[in-house]
Amino acid sequence: MSEAAERGHEDFALEQRLGALLRGGVILSASVTLIGGIMFLATHGGAHVSYHTFTGEPTELRTVGGVIAGVARGDSISIIQLGVLLLIATPIARVAISVIGFARERDWMYVGCSLLVLALLMYGLVHGG
Amino acid sequence: MHALSFTLITLGGGLLAGLVGALTGLGGGVVLVPLLTLGLGVDIRYAIGSSLVCVIATSSGAAAAFVREGFTNIRVGMFLEIATPVGALLGPVVAVYVSSSTLAVIFGIVLMFSAAQSLRQRVEHIAVTEPGTLGARLRLASTYPHDGTLVSYGVTRVPAGFAMMFAAGILSALLGIGSGVVKVLAMDRAMHLPYKVSTTTSNFMIGVTAAASAGVYLHRGYINPVLVMPVVLGVLAGAMLGARLLARAHVKPLRMLFTAIMVALAVEMLYQGLTKRI
Repeated sequence: MSEAAERGHEDFALEQRLGALLRGGVILSASVTLIGGIMFLATHGGAHVSYHTFTGEPTELRTVGGVIAGVARGDSISIIQLGVLLLIATPIARVAISVIGFARERDWMYVGCSLLVLALLMYGLVHGG
Repeated sequence: MHALSFTLITLGGGLLAGLVGALTGLGGGVVLVPLLTLGLGVDIRYAIGSSLVCVIATSSGAAAAFVREGFTNIRVGMFLEIATPVGALLGPVVAVYVSSSTLAVIFGIVLMFSAAQSLRQRVEHIAVTEPGTLGARLRLASTYPHDGTLVSYGVTRVPAGFAMMFAAGILSALLGIGSGVVKVLAMDRAMHLPYKVSTTTSNFMIGVTAAASAGVYLHRGYINPVLVMPVVLGVLAGAMLGARLLARAHVKPLRMLFTAIMVALAVEMLYQGLTKRI
C-alpha cells in the first residue's frame, strides 16, 4: 500500500467521528431552535415584527454569557439564540476533535494547524473580531 | 406583519432556498439573501446574519455524509482553513465601511457568476500523481473512491489555493454566503484536486468559514433569533428534500429553472443596488 493510501486509512476513523459529530450538532441545534420558536410563537405569535430597518440586537443576545442568562430565565428568544450558538459551535467542535485525531496519529504539523484554526474561531466568537 | 404569519412565510422562503441550494450544489446562502431582502424587505445586514447561520447548518449536514464516504480530504481542508477564518474575521470589519447598496451590487455579481458556474459541465480531473513541493511537504496527497477502487492523487499550487481561500473568507463574511464557488475553483482549478474531492472538501470547510464570521456578527447584533428561527429550519428541511430529489434522476430541468431564478435575482440585486434602493 502506498504511503498516501495508508494514511487515507488512518484518517478514516477520524472522518467517521467527524461525520457523527456534525450530524449530532445540527440535529441538537435544530431541536433547540424549534423548541424556542414554538415557545415564542405560543406567547408572542400576534406581536408585530419588522426587519426593514437595522437596529441591532440587544446586548444580551450578542454574547454567550448573555444568552445563557436568558435561557436560565426561560426566555424563548434566548433559547432560539442558544440553538444558533450550538450551530456555530458545531464546526468549532469539529476542529477541536481534529486536534485530538491528529495527535493520536502523532501528526504534529496538523495538530498545530488545527490549533491555529481553533484559536481563530474562538477569537471570533469570544471577542467579536 | 404579525410574528406568526411572518414566520410561516419565512419558513417557506427558507425551504425554497434550501431546495435550490441542494439541487444546484451552491448551498442556500446565495439564494437566501436576495430572497429575504427583495422578497420580504429584510434589511441586508439581518439577511446576511441569518444566511450565515443557515450556511453552517447546510454545510455541516451535507459534510456529515460526505466525510463518511471518504471523498473529503481533511488535511487539505484543515490547512486551507487557516486562510478562510482570517478572511472571515476581517470581512465584518470591512463590512462596516461598505454601504448596503454596494453590498447588493457585489452580491449581484457573485450571484451571476454562481449561476454560470452551476451550469458548467462537471469535468472529472484525471488524478494528478505528481504533487508540488509544498503539497508534498504538507503531505496533502490522498486517495478517493472511484469505480470501486481507491485512486491516489497529489496536490499542486498550494500557495495559489491558499490566497484564493483568503478571498473566499472575506467574500463569505461580507455577503453571508459559503463562497463554495470560489473554494471549489481554488481546489479544482488551482490545486488540481479531483472534482468530487474539491466539492466535498469545500463543503467541509464552509462551516468553519461561516462559524468565524457568524461569531463576529453575533457580537454586532446582526443575528436576530426570531428571524433566524424559521429561516434555518426551513433551509434545513429544503436541503434534506433536495438531497432526496437528487438521488432520483431528471433534476436537470429543475436545475435549469433554478439557475434562471438566480439570474433574475442577480439582475434585481444589481438594479436595486445601483439605483440605491437597498
